[in-house]
Amino acid sequence: MLRRLSLAVAGGLLLASAVAGCGGDDAGSGSGGGGDDKITLGFSQVGAESGWRTANTKSIQESAASAGIDLKFSDAQGKQENQIKAIRNFITQRVDVIAFSPVVESGWGTVLKEAKDAGIPVILTDRAIDDPDTSLYKTFIGSDFVEEGKKAGDWLVKEYEGKTDPVNIVELQGSPGAAPANDRKAGFADVIKADTKFKVVASQTGQFTRTDGKAVMETFLKSQPKIDVLYAHNDDMGLGAIEAIEAAGKKPGTDIKIITVDAVKDGMTALSENKINFIVECSPLLGPQLMDLVKKVQDGQTIPQRVLTEETTFTPEQAKEVLADRKY
Amino acid sequence: MNLTALLRHRLFWPIAVLVVLLASNLVFSNNFFTITLQDGHLYGSLIDILRRSAPLVLVALGMTLVISTGGIDLSVGSVMAISGALACLLIGDLSNPDSVGPVLLVVGAAIALCLVFGLWNGFLVAVLGIQPIIATLILMVAGRGVAQLITDGQILNVHSAPYRVVGAGYFLAVPVSFLIAAAAVALTVAVTRRTALGLLLESVGGSPTASRLAGIRARRITIMVYVFAAAFAGVAGLIYSSDVSSADSNAAGNLIELNAILAVVIGGTALTGGRFSIAGSVLGAVIITTLDITAVSVGVPVETTLLFKAVVVIILCLAQSATFRAKVFGRFSAKRTVPA
Repeated sequence: MLRRLSLAVAGGLLLASAVAGCGGDDAGSGSGGGGDDKITLGFSQVGAESGWRTANTKSIQESAASAGIDLKFSDAQGKQENQIKAIRNFITQRVDVIAFSPVVESGWGTVLKEAKDAGIPVILTDRAIDDPDTSLYKTFIGSDFVEEGKKAGDWLVKEYEGKTDPVNIVELQGSPGAAPANDRKAGFADVIKADTKFKVVASQTGQFTRTDGKAVMETFLKSQPKIDVLYAHNDDMGLGAIEAIEAAGKKPGTDIKIITVDAVKDGMTALSENKINFIVECSPLLGPQLMDLVKKVQDGQTIPQRVLTEETTFTPEQAKEVLADRKY
Repeated sequence: MNLTALLRHRLFWPIAVLVVLLASNLVFSNNFFTITLQDGHLYGSLIDILRRSAPLVLVALGMTLVISTGGIDLSVGSVMAISGALACLLIGDLSNPDSVGPVLLVVGAAIALCLVFGLWNGFLVAVLGIQPIIATLILMVAGRGVAQLITDGQILNVHSAPYRVVGAGYFLAVPVSFLIAAAAVALTVAVTRRTALGLLLESVGGSPTASRLAGIRARRITIMVYVFAAAFAGVAGLIYSSDVSSADSNAAGNLIELNAILAVVIGGTALTGGRFSIAGSVLGAVIITTLDITAVSVGVPVETTLLFKAVVVIILCLAQSATFRAKVFGRFSAKRTVPA
């Protein structure tokens, strides 16, 4: 514990000096010279906003190491400007391949054009961009968020099959403008619109965080006379909402049915305790697939424009079975 | 009471906006003002506002003192993240996280660390003479890194009944976080208005040099306000993390410095230093929280929430501006001496 703390303090000082220096000292360490055959991959991560993201980062770092790829990792801390800066740095360092998870969908044209002009292939991971020019990137590997929303909707339709009473749904959206938020909302809405008994009575952003999920749910519980179902775009917001529901004297999973997306360990634990009713998996472990694609791109092989990660869904019973092996 | 005097009161417009916000909630949800007893604690939208305001009130209090000396503290959000992260890390290491004593020690340790950060800020500003915005920017950026290192970039979960009380608990049916904020307000008022300290603060903010020549130890006072701000931010961080029993070093206190500065400005304290209003800052913090809750409860679409908040704040700021009022409302009065 003390070691970790002193590490933290040391790290803080290091960061402080980085602020002061702001230099690109490591620009020379890129493999631009081509002295060795090691592929250099510049990766810009969204941030560390959730357990999911952390598992995603770990998977990429570990699989890069085992694939013998030199990884330059940069954390954008949830800000697009940081990410654009990181990509520009990768271009100056002349990395072999750039991969990144876009913080938001729009505004990538200019910087990706720069990468293209520099002849550096770009791979999108986990989140898409909305630029019509698909030549800006080689491929997009990640989950199909629309499909995730549809899976959530499918479960709901099945759960209320044969019933005619109206079902009031509240939705906790992810960060506004982020692809998973937009698509999970659209996919879900697409499935439930077939039946008029389903009604989304309120839909607000919980910023993908537990605190905001709790705060928004607290307000929903007071402003909505009747809530049957909660659909949260990730586990963390769902977990926050569970606390709000409990504080309101209701039983999560029983009085209000809860569907979330992600299937991180905390969420799976709540699912196994029947506080959540259904989780659509969104697997963060795309590192090995990504490294494979990086190698193929570097070899000049053609790769598909869209690569899907393998995913499933979980009920409480299934959660109990796999919970012990859940790494993230 | 004289109506014009009331209209001219510094806090008239903030109070008016708060009343309008609360009233508009009533239109959309008719049980907005209902307060019930739920599982032995108060439950209702107004209670939510009090509870949710607590962290921002604490941070805004510290910010008011800092701003009154002509400074600014951008690092409060990061300090919040660090205190929550450290508390959750230490509680995770406790053999029995449900016993009160050790948890109190942990809370004390987290606040003590924040005091050190406050001293650091004060040292940079008062001793090294670095501009406050730059001096505190260092800790704002580096501090979040420290918090991330403490939590290893993960969300740290804790299961500790005593710790939960800080942010989500109730004492005699009243939210503990509200009681903490109220105590902090009372302490600040007592220290600044019952002693000469408030006067000294305003004098340092007005002119540090003149104050020093008048025999006021400006340096010591400047350091002190940053320590105050960091300590309050630390407590706010504990409330924030205890509320959801986890430390999220990325989201905790993110951008709260701007909300706190806004609260202080709404409350009528000038950013240039000098006179300050604690009641105004508290009111500002409550308005911002009410605005957040209103946006959700009224059902403002997600895409337009920020615009909605901005419009309310702009209206409030314009209403507070005497020049603006004279230009706009002056036209409706009988006098037409003002050239078009």
